[in-house]
This record gives sequence, C-alpha cells and structure tokens, in this order.
Amino acid sequence: MNLAAFTALLFGTSLLAGLLGALTGLGGGVVIVPALVLLFKVDLRYAIGASLISVIATSSGSAVAYIREGLSNIRIGMFLEVATTLGALLGAWLTARFSNHTIAVVFGVVLLYSAYSSYQSRSQQFVTSKPDPLAAKLQLTGTNPAATGDQPYNAQHVPLGFTIMFGAGTLSGLLGIGSGAVKVLAMDQIMKLPFKVSTTTSNFMIGVTAAASAGIYLHRGYINPTIAMPVMLGVLAGSLIGARILMKARVHTLKILFSIVIVALGFEMIYSGLTGKI
Amino acid sequence: MKPLTDKQLDSSIANMLRWGVAVAAAVVFLGGILSLRNPTTTVPGYVHFRPTPIPSLSEILHGAAHLDPSSIIQLGILLLIATPVLRVVFCIVGFARQRDKLYVFISATVLIILIYSLFRGGR
Repeated sequence: MNLAAFTALLFGTSLLAGLLGALTGLGGGVVIVPALVLLFKVDLRYAIGASLISVIATSSGSAVAYIREGLSNIRIGMFLEVATTLGALLGAWLTARFSNHTIAVVFGVVLLYSAYSSYQSRSQQFVTSKPDPLAAKLQLTGTNPAATGDQPYNAQHVPLGFTIMFGAGTLSGLLGIGSGAVKVLAMDQIMKLPFKVSTTTSNFMIGVTAAASAGIYLHRGYINPTIAMPVMLGVLAGSLIGARILMKARVHTLKILFSIVIVALGFEMIYSGLTGKI
Repeated sequence: MKPLTDKQLDSSIANMLRWGVAVAAAVVFLGGILSLRNPTTTVPGYVHFRPTPIPSLSEILHGAAHLDPSSIIQLGILLLIATPVLRVVFCIVGFARQRDKLYVFISATVLIILIYSLFRGGR
C-alpha cells in the first residue's frame, strides 16, 4: 500500500473510532486498537502505541467541555492519579513481557466488560452521612449542584478505590487505552461518588495516566510517527464531533448498535489471541 | 498573591490543555502534510514489530528544523505528552497558593512518577 492511501484509510478509521468512542462513552482507544490489528494487520505494539497518543489528545481536548460543567474534583483526581500512574508504569513494563496473544485476550475481555458496564444502571443516591476518616483527612469531598441545591458528597472505601485505580492504571499501560470504564467503576460504585463527578474526574485522570506509560512506550519504540499521526488526528476529530452530536441529539439506538460492534470486536480479539492470529 | 479557588485553577488548566492540544495537533498535522510530499512511497506494512526507540530531543529538534516529517510528528507527540504533565505542574502551583501542603506533596509525587517514565522509562 502506498503512503497516501495508508494515511487516508487510517485517518478515516480513526475518525470513526473516535466518534464511536465518544458516543458510547468508552473512549477511542478501545475501538482503534482492534481496528488497527484486525483490519490493518498492524502489530499490536504499534497499535497500542498510536492508541495511547490518541487517548492523551482526546482527554486533554475534551477537558474544556468537562470543566465547564464544574463537576470534576481536582483533589480526588490528583490523589487517585498516584495510583493510576504507578499502575501505568507496571502495565507498560508488563507489555514488554507479555506475548501479543496474551495482550489480545486481555484486551478482548476489557472490551466486553466495557460494553457491559456502559449498560449498568447508575444509582443517583450517594452517601452523605458517615464520612470515611481517610477521606476526611485527604479532603476527598465536594458538593454536587442539584435541582434541590448543592449536595455535599464524600468518598467512601478509599483504600479499595485506590487499589482498583491502580488496576485501571495497569490496564491503561498494558493496553494503550484510557480505561475510563474501570476508573468510573472505582469512583462511582466503590467510592460512592456522584456519577457525573466520577465521569468528569475520570476524563481528567485519563490524560495524566496515559502520559505515565507514554514515556516508556516512546523509549521502547511503540510510537511510530507514520501510524500515530493519522490515528491521533482522526480519533481527536472524531471524538470532538461525537461530543457535539451527544449534546444535540439522543443517540440511544446508535449506542446499542455501537455496543454490538464493541462486543463483536471483543470476541474477535479473544478468538484471534487464542488461535495465535495476533 | 491571592489564594486561588479550585474553580479558577480548573479554568486555567482547561485553557492550557486546549492550547496544548491545539498546538500539538497543528505540529503533527504539519508533519503529516510534509510526509505526504512523496505520496507513492510504499508503506512497510508494520505487520511485525521492530523496536526503534525515539531519537533524543536534540536529534528531533535538529530534524524538525530541517523539516524532516518524522521529526516534526515526533515533536508534536512530545508536545502532546507535555500537556498532562504541565497540568500536574499547574496543580502544584495552585495548591501551593492555597497553602495546601498535603496536596502539593501528592501532586509532586505524581509529577515525579511522570518524569521518571519520560526520562528513565526505557530501562
């Protein structure tokens, strides 16, 4: 294939991946890696390298919209970033030690979990009574603007949340994705933070987490300029367009359709990994 | 200096991130356009991974000054990676102005982890 065709095809695919990632709320990384590996037959390591770069671009690029909502909590985010960045170092270190088959299978499982988690019902109740003593010490508290006035919240189960965040960071470093689904799980389900606070804080953390593995990826040569260029620009453009569509239209049917695509990609990754095709 | 509210810190970070991404994307785009001067070059395929670590910063800057497409794209990627790192630096400054020692310490820990990865990550 010549360079112009390769770049154009990669850009188009990345645009679609970014759009899909934004509309499902799963992020572009979980879509672009399987697309690169399964469609373009690019080595998994180049795929996760390019994806990680697109993850940083998307996280920083969409931060403005999230901050405008005024819901992200910088203290909770920063505290948990200690866990995610350490996890990211471990994950990036593991990438060099695991075979492509193993990474593909883990990737498939994470895809399936992500698709499943986007259909979990969100409880809008959060605990305001007993503050976790550790949360009080670390100022892991805030207020959530609601129709009935500002509702104070505080983090619960801080050690468990921190541990799961470490795991989210490890997956991010191992697979070159933002692992937003696991980050939201830790904040929303375990630490009992309001859902909106969890998602906006998670988006903020994704860029810093990815930067921690990016250094290692650069030194290892996972980030190839010819592949990363169209992927970064395509996913960024796609996710910004996706965010605009989300603001204007209800996309329930589209979301179901895209989730089916993600589940199919998940099974394909597991199958290809197990049969040694990747 | 006046103490900074979390909201003000948030919005200064948002502006920095927006500009950081815009500049990085523009640089990568420029590199991309330059690389397409020879659109019919055959792409090696990338089916098998061949480790080619990123050149040193001075080599990248030297290449970019001579309009080498790969170096320009790599420079844009480095600028992009710098944006979340800068975000952590902004937070350290912000927390310091709020005299929040605990969070200056926590943010500094994150910054050290990031710097370790960027400078010693290959080993």
